[in-house]
Amino acid sequence: MNDTLLVRILASIALQAAPLMIAVTGETLTERAGVVNLSLDGKMLMAAMTGFVVAYTTGSLILGFLAAALVGALFALIVAFGSITLKHNQVAIGFVLTLLGADLSAFLGQNFTRLPGPSVGKFAVPYLKDLPVLGPIFFNQNAIFYFAILLVAAAWWWLFRTQPGLHLRGAGERPEAAFARGASVTRLRYLYTVLGGALVGVAGASYSLGIKIGWSEGHTAGLGWIALAIVIFGGWSPARGALGAVVFGATKSLATVFQQNVQGVSVVAFNTLPWLLMIGVLLLVSSDWVARVANLLPPRLRGGFLRLVQVTPPRALGVEFGQE
Amino acid sequence: MHIELRDIRKTFGDVRANDGISLAFEPGRIYGLLGENGAGKSTLMKILAGYQPADSGRILLNGQPAHFATPADALRRGVGMVYQDPLDFPPFTVLENYLLGRDRAVNLDFRQAAAELRAILDRYGFAVDMDAAIGSLSLGERQQLELVRLLAGGAQALILDEPTTGISASQKDALFATMRRMAAEEGKSIILVSHKLEEIQELCGHAFVLRKGQLVGETALPCPNRALVEMMFGQVPERTPRPPAAVEQPLLEISGLGVRTQRLTVGDINLSIRRGEVFGLAGLEGSGQALLMKAVAGLLPAASGRIALDGLDITHLDYHQTRAAGVAYVAAGRLEEGLIAGLSLTEHILLAAPRRDQTFFIRWGAARETTSGRIALCEVVGVPDSTAEQLSGGNQQRMLYAMLNEGLRLILLDQPTRGLDVRSADYIWELLYARRREGTAILFYSPDLDEIIERSDRIAVFSGGVMSRIVEAARTTADELGHLIGGQQ
Repeated sequence: MNDTLLVRILASIALQAAPLMIAVTGETLTERAGVVNLSLDGKMLMAAMTGFVVAYTTGSLILGFLAAALVGALFALIVAFGSITLKHNQVAIGFVLTLLGADLSAFLGQNFTRLPGPSVGKFAVPYLKDLPVLGPIFFNQNAIFYFAILLVAAAWWWLFRTQPGLHLRGAGERPEAAFARGASVTRLRYLYTVLGGALVGVAGASYSLGIKIGWSEGHTAGLGWIALAIVIFGGWSPARGALGAVVFGATKSLATVFQQNVQGVSVVAFNTLPWLLMIGVLLLVSSDWVARVANLLPPRLRGGFLRLVQVTPPRALGVEFGQE
Repeated sequence: MHIELRDIRKTFGDVRANDGISLAFEPGRIYGLLGENGAGKSTLMKILAGYQPADSGRILLNGQPAHFATPADALRRGVGMVYQDPLDFPPFTVLENYLLGRDRAVNLDFRQAAAELRAILDRYGFAVDMDAAIGSLSLGERQQLELVRLLAGGAQALILDEPTTGISASQKDALFATMRRMAAEEGKSIILVSHKLEEIQELCGHAFVLRKGQLVGETALPCPNRALVEMMFGQVPERTPRPPAAVEQPLLEISGLGVRTQRLTVGDINLSIRRGEVFGLAGLEGSGQALLMKAVAGLLPAASGRIALDGLDITHLDYHQTRAAGVAYVAAGRLEEGLIAGLSLTEHILLAAPRRDQTFFIRWGAARETTSGRIALCEVVGVPDSTAEQLSGGNQQRMLYAMLNEGLRLILLDQPTRGLDVRSADYIWELLYARRREGTAILFYSPDLDEIIERSDRIAVFSGGVMSRIVEAARTTADELGHLIGGQQ
């Protein structure tokens, strides 16, 4: 029962979703503080390349992940400096960094393509791994998966159950009010932009050291953009974001299953499935259609439905803060 | 706590907002800080509350010099300020909002905070649902929460900046009662910043008057209004009396109109407004007045009924079509709905011009000239190349009027004099009266009952989406309107 095809597919979905969860959590923390860091895709590529190259040359996975986090943090620092200190347009800086990351990673990593290298191994949790169905999906997984789950839980707790988390959210909702309550908005924004960048770096290295092991040009291309979309889908909450990552992973697997079992349709057509789902959801959650659907429900269920589906971005997202 | 300000100076660009102000506040008393728009009241209080530093000058608390780097710093020393627009977090729950910055503990103790908050709310007789989101509360409730937060933080001196703008009469009474109690029983110093004389007279024992960044007078209260007005403006400004309305043909005829939004449904409105008439809509903000005006302007679809302008059915016209038919709508939110931050005043005038006057290539020279004339007429302090957000609040309001075109048939105004002092408000009405003499009808909403009674020919009261009977302004009182607002016929 623990080795059926379905269980294996589910376990693979969970693992595939892990790096996305890490990246989504990182960007969620950044955006909650009021900064949009659009450099995600380039950052992940740079980090995936750096993580693999460092781990390959030193033989140390830890060093590989640290180097990747550092690269992610550095990219984020550029965005933070440009948008917070110089008050430039956040979108433009992030976008150009994405383009830079793609080409720079291809250039710097060109001598390390398609090499076998070190990789993060499986770690089975004693006893729990033997649970029927749940065991192989959740407790006989790659260490990256456990890290992602713990990170999502920790980030949720930090955001919604702690005073520093309240400060962080305040800085993204109404910086002038957060300032009046004693928060140092500029410091908070720097801190969470850099921390978010480091996490995205870890996500990139997770991919090249744990999921699709090795390095080749454009190794993680597209994943950063997906993560950005999932941040919105997740309503800027780490828990919902993690759910979004899993849903995305599931549709990708579904596309693979369809490819193998449906005849007469181009294989490539199924690859569009996740994107169609993504755009559909994005159009829905950010429109007033949600409210219209809610109005069809009995009033008792309306509040819960809206809380579940409707998302509102941090009000000061992308808005610079300057004391008068 | 004894507070003394010594020779406070602050300049913004060329403007001397505070030009050497010295004054003192004693514990257990309520002070009024008066002045027209731009007199420097808010600047001075923001300096005292630590929100911005002074260029020079000293703050002494109980004789000791104090330096506030941030508002949190000032609160630790006992000075707290409630801003006109409460500095809170709309998506947060009441509890989260209360907790932010409350202490330095990492873990949030919701239960203890709830007990603490409940105790303070009860002590001052405020009732607020603690699980509600801040954004769903009324302005008055949000203000009460800010007050509570400052008290919990140990405020000995409280500054309230225009606290009665946008709150209901009962919330105002509760607020004033609380302030009296805090001064008398708890020995707190209270400073009320306002341009409304009646409020200052009602609540305060002493008034300081600022003009152009300087302290120009102080007096014990109550005193004759005339004396305060003279200090505020240097002379007593003339009030423009409302010219009598000639009985004219009906212009705007609304029958059985219904408007529906998610928040509020307005049903069965019947109105007939004559050419050259000023028609006031009273009631609490958000009771349906804005919906009615937006439906007439074509900004909201009518769910039922008919709207006719001069016999022409405009029920289903959109905003651009009603504009072409001679209807103008002036929104309450200046920078949100009315003006475009980043565009110059000339560009505003160009955009607002009727389509027949718009040309593909812009003649900048002529446009600047038109703009100069319009802003001079409406007394906007600025130049054609100033951008909208560079103007002060009062000037932004005047700019909205400078954008009104010639030959309008109907002007719809949502809170036409919000945040303006007596003199600026009077000037706006003078401009509107000039329009009325040309036969333009004016339909407006104001939360200020005195303004409604003084300026309107006829009045309708809105309460929860329902319109009351129509009353003649000359034969009604603020009391009667107050009862109608309360839902009594």
